[in-house]
Amino acid sequence: MALALLCLPALLHAQDLQTLLQSHQKVIIKPSRKSVGPALDALVASGLPSIPAFLEHWQGKEVYNRKEDGLFFYARKAQGGFELVDVDTGEVVGTADAKALKQIKPNGGVRKEIASKLVQFQLSDPDIERRIAALVSITQKPGANQLAPLTASIEGETDPTLKLRKIKLANYLTARFGETTDQRVAAIEGIAKDLSVDGRAVLSQILQTQRIASETAPDANIAKQLQIGKDVTVEDAYALLVAQNGYTAKLSANDIRVALEANVIDGKVGGFSVLKLDSLAERHAAYDALADAGTVPERMTTVAMIAAVEAHGFYDVYDEKDAAVTDAALKAQSAVQTRVGVNQFFDISLDAISLASIYFLAAVGLAITFGVMGVINMAHGEFIMMGAYTGYVVQQFIPNYTASLIVALPLAFAVTFAAGVAMERLVIRWLYNRPLETLLATFGISVALQQLAKNIFGTQARPLTSPGWLDGAWIINDVVQISYIRIAIFVLALMFLGLLLFILKKTRLGLEVRAVTQNPRMASSMGINPDKIKMMTFGLGSGIAGIAGVAIGLFAKVTSEMGSDYIVQSFMTVVVGGVGNVWGTLAGAFMIGTFQKGVEWLNPSNTLAAQTYMILFIILFIQFRPKGIIALKGRAAGD
Amino acid sequence: MRKSFIAENPSVLWFLFCLGLFTLGVTVLAEATGAGIISTSFVKTLGKVLCLCLVAIAMDVVWGYCGILSLGHFAFFGIGGYAVGMWLMYARTEAIVTQSLAERSIPPTAVEVNDAIASQIFGVVGSAEFPLIWAFSHSLALQLLLVVLVPGLLALIFGWLAFRSRVTGVYLSILTQAMTLALALYLFQNDSGLRGNNGLSGLQNIPGFEAVPQSMISMAFFWASAAALGLGYVLFARVLSGKMGSVIRAIRDDEARVRFLGYHVESYKLFIFTLTAIIAGIAGALYYPQAGIINPAEIAPIASIYLAVWVAIGGRGRLYGAVIGTAFVSLLSSWFTGGGAPNVNLGFYTIQWTEWWLVLLGTSFVAVTLFFPGGMGMIFDKLKKDAS
Repeated sequence: MALALLCLPALLHAQDLQTLLQSHQKVIIKPSRKSVGPALDALVASGLPSIPAFLEHWQGKEVYNRKEDGLFFYARKAQGGFELVDVDTGEVVGTADAKALKQIKPNGGVRKEIASKLVQFQLSDPDIERRIAALVSITQKPGANQLAPLTASIEGETDPTLKLRKIKLANYLTARFGETTDQRVAAIEGIAKDLSVDGRAVLSQILQTQRIASETAPDANIAKQLQIGKDVTVEDAYALLVAQNGYTAKLSANDIRVALEANVIDGKVGGFSVLKLDSLAERHAAYDALADAGTVPERMTTVAMIAAVEAHGFYDVYDEKDAAVTDAALKAQSAVQTRVGVNQFFDISLDAISLASIYFLAAVGLAITFGVMGVINMAHGEFIMMGAYTGYVVQQFIPNYTASLIVALPLAFAVTFAAGVAMERLVIRWLYNRPLETLLATFGISVALQQLAKNIFGTQARPLTSPGWLDGAWIINDVVQISYIRIAIFVLALMFLGLLLFILKKTRLGLEVRAVTQNPRMASSMGINPDKIKMMTFGLGSGIAGIAGVAIGLFAKVTSEMGSDYIVQSFMTVVVGGVGNVWGTLAGAFMIGTFQKGVEWLNPSNTLAAQTYMILFIILFIQFRPKGIIALKGRAAGD
Repeated sequence: MRKSFIAENPSVLWFLFCLGLFTLGVTVLAEATGAGIISTSFVKTLGKVLCLCLVAIAMDVVWGYCGILSLGHFAFFGIGGYAVGMWLMYARTEAIVTQSLAERSIPPTAVEVNDAIASQIFGVVGSAEFPLIWAFSHSLALQLLLVVLVPGLLALIFGWLAFRSRVTGVYLSILTQAMTLALALYLFQNDSGLRGNNGLSGLQNIPGFEAVPQSMISMAFFWASAAALGLGYVLFARVLSGKMGSVIRAIRDDEARVRFLGYHVESYKLFIFTLTAIIAGIAGALYYPQAGIINPAEIAPIASIYLAVWVAIGGRGRLYGAVIGTAFVSLLSSWFTGGGAPNVNLGFYTIQWTEWWLVLLGTSFVAVTLFFPGGMGMIFDKLKKDAS
């Protein structure tokens, strides 16, 4: 007896797959989405080791039915027909002619059903790729029936990251489909610590509501009773009554016009002359006349509409019945939202810093030529462009992106340094006492250079590809991330700041530059050659623009017009920061970057508006601090 | 004894004489009114050049005489164009819409007409309602008032803010440029209420004059532009003569000294800045119906810098210099970019002027600033000197 009892489960299992399949033969040969469910359940419940393989073959249309005896086989093409493979043992048991077999082709709906059953097997599959795929499929289409297999598979998971993902996903599923309220509330409280989009989606799915109209308070999990005029307009509320309670829809002005047009008889509608029907009141009167005559249905008047709306209460009702669960979800949602908000602020701050470093890079060359020397160089943007094109040309010769970048940076400096020196020698030195004309002359150069670049490189954007190690982003959590290029630019900006401060404050050249800018005549009587110093300074400023060009080209497209995108902002940065001071430029760049990102945060869809407000802000800012954030004091301030 | 205005400024009479002669010549040679040697499109080009000359003399007054290098006057020009363009577009669309609605068996209500016009105009930017700034677009008189008021007020506010805090020199230039950029960026937005970067179009069709051929309409605009240029020239010459003109020139040469002499420098600058902005707006209002389309790219900062370039090449500090420079450069520019100039074959490379014109313009502009700071106006100075 004991033996028999022991054997009973074994006997049940001893049933082989073929037998099991035979008992569901009809459904398996011609499966439909509706009928396949019980058969699938029976297959899965049998716990046979060959089930997953069968399901996969079935899904892949590789299962064949032998017509003579109705047995199922896997078959593959072989000489003289098909090679038959036994579904239980996996061994080749014979061959058959194509005509003797019927291929089983489940349709798309059935294949999806099969896939959802397969998931639980795949969750414990030895192949990690398949386990990941199973997780992804559950994430995309979560269902109550996946919770148990998922929880069961956590124990045996060997990969620690995947295990974490499984636990997380099981938690999401528990929150939505868990059996007891306590389990679900506990799961929801777990989600409150989670920032991911998936977690937030789970919460909002639990909190999904429907809007209903009801004369008495509904017996449901009410999220909110709506106030007419505040939460919902009378029109919308009435539209709900029309949709749910079968009220007559209110006619739009257009509906009335169409109805009237259909009933024009001899230039008259309901006794009203057509020519007079050019106002809504007249049209309503004509329509009512038609309705009285019975030609058209009664018109719903505004008064009746308001009365109907007032007779009802309007409620947002949770789909979820359990109030304890929705309460927990609400609490979790607000906690998550607070944390997401904090993190978003952090993210925006990172963005602002990175934008500030771009502005700083673009403007720091100007800080020298304009800030230190007082020369307005409208061609500064074109030097940025020249640097970027230098990078592009270098990449044409050196295919390794890292190597080409290492070559391009100094080369861009050299090219623009030379261009800057040439411009200073040929044009700017003749105009040192005429700042407005410097502006115009350098503008002429800028126009010529831009067109020249267009003639050489064409109008289409040229790529400046960044090396592989700069691709991707540093992901801190699901909300905060920053791309490596932006970090690199930030580092580059810091390096420039340090280098420039070092040159200006600690070197002989810097000393001479400061001497010449403060008092050229005194400097020259001390044996400094002001011409040479001005030339060097201008070259340095231009060279930095070239390097900035390479950096900017890495994340933006290289076009002949890229310089003009930055020129006004660069001048703004220098002016706002305070002329003649590298720290000022840094402060200016930081302020403009922060402000622009701040406005973008308030109105994320509109970067143009952010720029507009930023410029207006700067114009106003100049009113209050005409000399910029960090103003020079005393004699160095000039006027 | 003070000499009369005309005796003091003989150039005004000369200028009006030349302008009159030119207008007469074009009228006689034009397609609509004379021999038909000058095509309608060229009449339009000439009319547009006259408008540009008008805004250029405004620029010359503010820069060449008062020393304020404003890089925002083309923005005022554009605002004038937008103001008149709004009426042109509204009235024309209204005519079209009324016609199409008249085919219905029931006459349209006022709301229906308005909605139809709005969805016709703003359909391209995904809206079907009139923004607030179009409140006056149904009335030509009010929009014409806006041509004067909006640039005037904008210049007044901006100038007051800038001059009050003693922003001068290159800082002021950069600030005006920023203002222009802000305006252009604002207009580029689809929800600016002015159709985003589509701008306003179809402005060459004047409502109420559908029956008049384009050749005649362009002729009328040409005359109007010539008259406006003549009037503007006399107005500015008048403003710049006498004591006021001296003060303005003195501000250019040494602002601090004028202030110490007891003059309220800011008021003079504000007056000149605002007046020139209004004239720029009027010039724009005449220009864009001839151009037919206006969009935000027109008022990008670069346009204002080009304005300064024209004035500089013509010779600033002389009203006629601005006119000559503008006419010369803009006509030359349309000749070169329109493919009128023959390509130069160097054997190894063919210079196509459509591509190289801007390079030539840029470098020659540098040359003018370096070697001929007086611009083309210097030629007249030399003639005058030789004559005396």
